Amino acid sequence: MVYSYFPGCTLRAKAKGFDSSALASCKVLGVYLEELEEWQCCGATFPLQIDNSFPLVSPARTLAAAKKAGRKLTTLCSACYNVLKRTNHVLREDLDKRNKVCTFIEEDYFGDLEILHLLEILRDEIGFASLAEKIVKPFSGFPVAAYYGCLLLRPPEEVGFDDPEAPRILEDLLFALGCSPVDHPYKTECCGSYVVLQPGEPTASPSRLIVESAKSRGARAIVTSCPLCQFNLDYVQSGDVERGENAVPVVYFTQLLAMALGFGEEVLQFDGHLVPPGPVFRSAGVGGCEGAT
Amino acid sequence: MKIGVFVCHCGLNIGGVVDIPGVMEEISRHDNPGFVTDYRYMCSDPGQMRIKDAIRDMSLDSVVVAACSPAMHETTFRRTVEAAGLNPFRCEIANIREQCSWPHRDEPEKATEKALEIIRASVEKVRKNQALSPLSVPVTGEALVIGAGIAGMQAALDIADAGCEVTLVERLPYIGGHMAQLSETFPTLDCSQCILTPKSSEVGSHPKIDLFTNSEIHAVSGYVGNFDVTIRRKATYVNWDVCNGCGLCMEKCPQKIESGFELGLATTKAISIAFPQAVPNRPVINPEACRHFTQGKCGVCEKVCPVGAINFEQEDTFIDRKVGAVVVATGYDLHPKTEVGEYGYGVFSDVIDGLEFERLNSASGPTQGEIRRPSDGKTPKEVVFIQCVGSRDQENGYPYCSKICCMYTAKHARLYKHKVPDGQPYVFYMDIRAGGKGYEEFVQRATEEEGVLYLRGRVSRVFEEDGKITVFGVDTLSNKKVEIRADMVVLATAIVPSRGQTELCRLLKISTDEWGFLSEAHPKLRPVESLTRGIYIAGCAQAPKDIPDSVTQAGSAAAKVLALFSSDTLSHSPEIAVVDEELCTGCGLCVEACAYDARTLDIRRRLAVVNEVLCEGCGACQVACPSGATCQRNMELSQVMSMIDAVI
Repeated sequence: MVYSYFPGCTLRAKAKGFDSSALASCKVLGVYLEELEEWQCCGATFPLQIDNSFPLVSPARTLAAAKKAGRKLTTLCSACYNVLKRTNHVLREDLDKRNKVCTFIEEDYFGDLEILHLLEILRDEIGFASLAEKIVKPFSGFPVAAYYGCLLLRPPEEVGFDDPEAPRILEDLLFALGCSPVDHPYKTECCGSYVVLQPGEPTASPSRLIVESAKSRGARAIVTSCPLCQFNLDYVQSGDVERGENAVPVVYFTQLLAMALGFGEEVLQFDGHLVPPGPVFRSAGVGGCEGAT
Repeated sequence: MKIGVFVCHCGLNIGGVVDIPGVMEEISRHDNPGFVTDYRYMCSDPGQMRIKDAIRDMSLDSVVVAACSPAMHETTFRRTVEAAGLNPFRCEIANIREQCSWPHRDEPEKATEKALEIIRASVEKVRKNQALSPLSVPVTGEALVIGAGIAGMQAALDIADAGCEVTLVERLPYIGGHMAQLSETFPTLDCSQCILTPKSSEVGSHPKIDLFTNSEIHAVSGYVGNFDVTIRRKATYVNWDVCNGCGLCMEKCPQKIESGFELGLATTKAISIAFPQAVPNRPVINPEACRHFTQGKCGVCEKVCPVGAINFEQEDTFIDRKVGAVVVATGYDLHPKTEVGEYGYGVFSDVIDGLEFERLNSASGPTQGEIRRPSDGKTPKEVVFIQCVGSRDQENGYPYCSKICCMYTAKHARLYKHKVPDGQPYVFYMDIRAGGKGYEEFVQRATEEEGVLYLRGRVSRVFEEDGKITVFGVDTLSNKKVEIRADMVVLATAIVPSRGQTELCRLLKISTDEWGFLSEAHPKLRPVESLTRGIYIAGCAQAPKDIPDSVTQAGSAAAKVLALFSSDTLSHSPEIAVVDEELCTGCGLCVEACAYDARTLDIRRRLAVVNEVLCEGCGACQVACPSGATCQRNMELSQVMSMIDAVI
């Protein structure tokens, strides 16, 4: 299976471990992610003003390039996925906007590209059951909370590949990796997005509630598919780490997948994480995290 | 032939768009009518007088009224011409309002042209109209009422009190419907059981009411005045004629099950009477739970019954009835909370719906009327009520308002406050709809005197944490995010048509709206009639409504039934399909085309025949007939051709 791959800016900067763990794991699973020759920023946020088409230009260029590559497109970052998928929807359904944007970028594109999140490929193309067979270092019941955030599954009529109110795709993946999924009520709440960058006490942030809720239900790690969520949930605990208090690492689902498939630190790239995942996994003796810091 | 053409201005509805003097001039010059005139409101008394006078003074043979849709005033104007001595079927309506001036408001010139064509076609049609007389149909003066909630009971009583026989069919083993589950009723807070029980007993003992509980409608055929109905009486496994309702069987039955009447908040036995005041007060065995049926042993009830009423061999029975009219009062269900994801898909036991709260609050309910939450039986100190769960929600639910939730939520919050004075009720609402006698005052008391905290805003999520139910909401009046750690949450879930209503409608051949509520013949002027003659509707089966409205509509449906029964015969339009037996080949295409079951094949004679009473004159068979044998009275092929000629 070969897919066109749109990494997005963050995966080449702050979230390198997301990128490398996905590429390495996919190869083992027989999925080849072929990076688009030409791609640019997804636009970061989908424009909600109906009279503003300009933010669609950048994702439209990427989509048009992917269409020429002739394969289904996949991406990892929740925000990139959301913007690309919604832009694709607009270009397919809104003739006026399509004409405007495509004339500007000088491309004939009709919004007919199929875009899949990597989670969909794992679930629907590979299947969690056959994925589970390839696991070499299972997590033996290690408790992990799935955190979906707000962008991955919403709006359901345009992007949703799972129930937006009670999703289970991440839990199903965790289960396949041998983890015990920990249910918690904040799993689809917003992490606070860019609000975390405002000066002020981070303990009051929504990220704090999410982390505390997952912790209080016994989670020892949180898994996500969004670099901004990862940063926020991680950052909000930086004080805890300094004070030597109990903190839970926040990792990408592909990092857990790579661990279960036997990869080490050169692939996992945990070094940028504020709550170091290595010690937590090591002390639990799970996931084969030898060499992880 | 002298034809009178009467053009109505309908105020400015037609006159403000169509150039009426121009149209009249064209018609008089080219179409050879006998007389042309106009009037501001032709349907008014002076307008009708104009038509009558012209028929007499000008000796008109036929009349065309160019006005609104025939659905609106065809009957009016046909009565008018009849009063002037003309056959009513020599009057035709040219619809120049709904099919002309309204949709073409912005193009008056083209509208004028189209109005002219519509009138010309009607003039050509009426030229060949035959004088017809209505068909006469016998009427059976007995009624069937489906559903024995408050609406069905009221309709049955009103018809029976007038001396007509009523067959009342109820799916459940008891009558009273949802009203039997309610604790108190708004706006007077009188006990629901107290006002319902006398009515239930009256229904149970009325000499003119034949009551079938635990029964469903199995088949329906026939037409107005002459319906043939088959009722399926489901096996109860208890011989009710012998049973004396002593209750010993229920006491001794070893198999506990969730009580449907208590909405799962309490248990009952596999043989049970739903509640102590149930009418009829006789038990029913649930074969899905009874050990005799599931495990092939037990039979305790059979052993203890002092009168030998238990009969495990009992089977469903089928009863045939001939009735003249049907009242459909099948009531409502609540939108299941298991479909509301943001409020937990019904997973949290302390998130309940309004009907469950009624049971918690009912003196005969699972907690004897004490407000205790289902999970641990503790008295909730903070209760959040959420209105419009599913209602007025175009994205995830239904666009309509469920109408009663504002009132019953205010009632719930007040009753809770009466029973838990130190408790705090919160109500999340969109806006308060309290139109009704004494309703606004009722809500005012909740907000101003009884300490119910109303928050205008929606709730985004409800979840369980640390034994509390956390509610995320917004108060749009103070523009603040609200988070409440409550002990219990009550959802005012949307009202939806009762389960099985769609199948029943298919049997009765009556239509519903897109949400499954019964369609009325006219939303304002014929609100209790279905589009099928002889079938009437009442209560929440038509739309969400409260008890007073249900009772009113039921009485109104009963009055319609009684009006139908007031004569031994009724008349049916003669503008229906006829078959030319010389031309008919008996191919049967018309039988398939007919939506009203009015066409059948006479195999012996190889002819298609028309059931004149069932035929609605839609014309579908005329279109389907390949040999031209079928035609419709006063819409014959030659008339259609002349109409087309007139237009082109």
